[in-house]
Amino acid sequence: MEFFLVQLLNGISYGLLLFMLSSGLTIVFSLMGVLNFAHASFYMLGAYFAYQVSRTIGFWPALVVAPLLVGLIGMAVERFALRRAHRYGHVAELLFTFGLAYLIEEAVHLVWGRVAVDYKVPAELEGPLFSILGTPYPAYRAFMMFIAVGMLVSMWLALTRTRIGLVIQAALSHPETVEALGHNVPRVFMLVFGGGAALAGLAGVIGGNAFVTDPGMAAAVGPIVFVIVVVGGMGSLAGAFYASLLIGLIQTFAVSLDWGLFGYKISQIAPVLPYLVMVAMLIVRPRGLMGTRDG
Amino acid sequence: MGKTIWIVTALVMLAAPWAFPGGFALTLLTQMGTLIIFALSYNMLLGQGGMLSFGHAVYSGLGAYITVHALNAIGKSWGWVTPLPLLPLVGGFAGLAFGVIFGYVTTKKAGTTFAMISLGIGELVYACVLMFPGFFGGEAGISTNRTVGQPLFGITFGPSIQVYYLVAAWCFACMVAMYALTQTPLGRMANAVRDNPERAEFVGYDTQKVRFLQLVLSAFFAGISGALSCINFEIVSAENVSAIRSGGVLLAAFIGGIPFFFGPVIGAIVFIFFVAALSGFTKAWLLYLGLFFCIMVLYAPGGIASLFLMQIGLARAGRLRRMALPYALAAAAALVALAGLIGLVESVYRLSDVTSDPQMVLFGLELNAKDPAVWIGSGLLLACGLLAIRFASRTVVARWDAVQQELKGASA
Repeated sequence: MEFFLVQLLNGISYGLLLFMLSSGLTIVFSLMGVLNFAHASFYMLGAYFAYQVSRTIGFWPALVVAPLLVGLIGMAVERFALRRAHRYGHVAELLFTFGLAYLIEEAVHLVWGRVAVDYKVPAELEGPLFSILGTPYPAYRAFMMFIAVGMLVSMWLALTRTRIGLVIQAALSHPETVEALGHNVPRVFMLVFGGGAALAGLAGVIGGNAFVTDPGMAAAVGPIVFVIVVVGGMGSLAGAFYASLLIGLIQTFAVSLDWGLFGYKISQIAPVLPYLVMVAMLIVRPRGLMGTRDG
Repeated sequence: MGKTIWIVTALVMLAAPWAFPGGFALTLLTQMGTLIIFALSYNMLLGQGGMLSFGHAVYSGLGAYITVHALNAIGKSWGWVTPLPLLPLVGGFAGLAFGVIFGYVTTKKAGTTFAMISLGIGELVYACVLMFPGFFGGEAGISTNRTVGQPLFGITFGPSIQVYYLVAAWCFACMVAMYALTQTPLGRMANAVRDNPERAEFVGYDTQKVRFLQLVLSAFFAGISGALSCINFEIVSAENVSAIRSGGVLLAAFIGGIPFFFGPVIGAIVFIFFVAALSGFTKAWLLYLGLFFCIMVLYAPGGIASLFLMQIGLARAGRLRRMALPYALAAAAALVALAGLIGLVESVYRLSDVTSDPQMVLFGLELNAKDPAVWIGSGLLLACGLLAIRFASRTVVARWDAVQQELKGASA
């Protein structure tokens, strides 16, 4: 029982982390039509920046500084490259972000080397927070959930209660009208892209030390985030939320179960489960959980 | 025109080992032949069908795995003439079979969703390959020996020159076949589905079926290239189905030029040069390759082939000489910026990797990566180069427009 509860909490915290990634990807995709292949690379950059900053001035400043830096990089990418690629259509944009993912991975190799860096959980958050039926629950996991939920609530408030949020929502469906009303739509795009990158960076700051910070982390989590967006339904935030939790729980439970299935343990086939979910979803319901478009 | 270009291609392939003698050149030529098939098959999806795939290595890699098992099975009990020349067909049909299975899922969607699903399928297959070491040999892979059976006319396929000609023959046949496919109704429909799926559907075609058929055929050729790489390297490992391979073929095809049939051929040749020539000099070669790719996406979406064709148009009109000066300016500016970039990248690398020596030789100069002068100098070079590129590109565009105006005036 306590095993189940702990795994459930772990799964939810991992799922929330995945949603921090997939929400940014979804918003950028719905607004700009750009599938940002380098989204997971921003996640990786967030972790590495946080590692670097926390070595000099500590973890708490890094929690703010690293996402801001990643957000700035994201804005620069939109302003100086994506805007140009946009002329050639969405495939060119997707290809550019694909190349960017290459570049970021190689830059990380160059600067921080090929092995994992020692990015640790801060001392204040080490150790257990409480125990569930005798099993201690790590404080850092709870902190991750707190940050993720806090970020989600503030994002929701920003999108629905602020002026810029309303402009973003309007630009989602009617960019020409918003432009005609005198708003600078390209600048909205730049801010949203930077915001999505900053969200991914924040996920990297809190995920990098909970898991591992190495040059392979972008390639490991990137395809999972894409699976989530397909399973949830392209462009649907609510769908991305449910799919993130689903995949987070599946992955967490699968690696810790040793039930047999056709002679293979579930923990052995854990890496392929998200992709099998995706394939099953495409066969049964091609538009995804909450998607509206079939095409 | 059409026939001569094929004859010239065949002659070039025949003569290449003599034009570039040496074992290393031969290895490169053989790899180019394999990659040309792979890149062309990739372009059947991206260039001709509008399907951006991030998992094309699945078909070449699984084709290679089936081939390696076929070759090992033959090796155990074959006393007859060597069947090696026909083995690529085994890989091709294996690729085709997997194309039918996976294509059923991936081609349900087009556009961006197709791209993401193809990535997911690629990861799925890669994870499966590592999960079942019994069949796939795990990380180490499965090795084989290509010199099985009795030699025919003394051809054992042991020496690499014989493998080169086997690859070249298949490469030529595949090029002809894939070109012929672009001329069939299916090839034309694939173009229509790429350009305007709605209208294609109104004409009465099932767009999903067109995408599916195009993908299955493309997987067939990918399987052939996988089989040839298996014969060439005598080993197949998980790397053959990895995202690195899928990304590599995308880079190669795009750099060459996806709007043109021959684009990916150029791309494959350039790509192998990049990999072989640069990886010997610097550990940052992937960074340079990625940068090159990004610049192509932003400034030359038609790839090298489109740049080349633009010059041919000018040369035919006899105006290429008018562009010589702006081109020379742009090239000089680009070289300055590149020198600065290389200086920075190599210094960063020397500093971050503690095992490497900060003392390095760049452009014939003895430099120390810890020396701030190197950093400042490289930074200045890069900044000046970028400014000069801005200026030079304006000159190029202005002169280009002027020449185009002249040509228009002359024809009117």
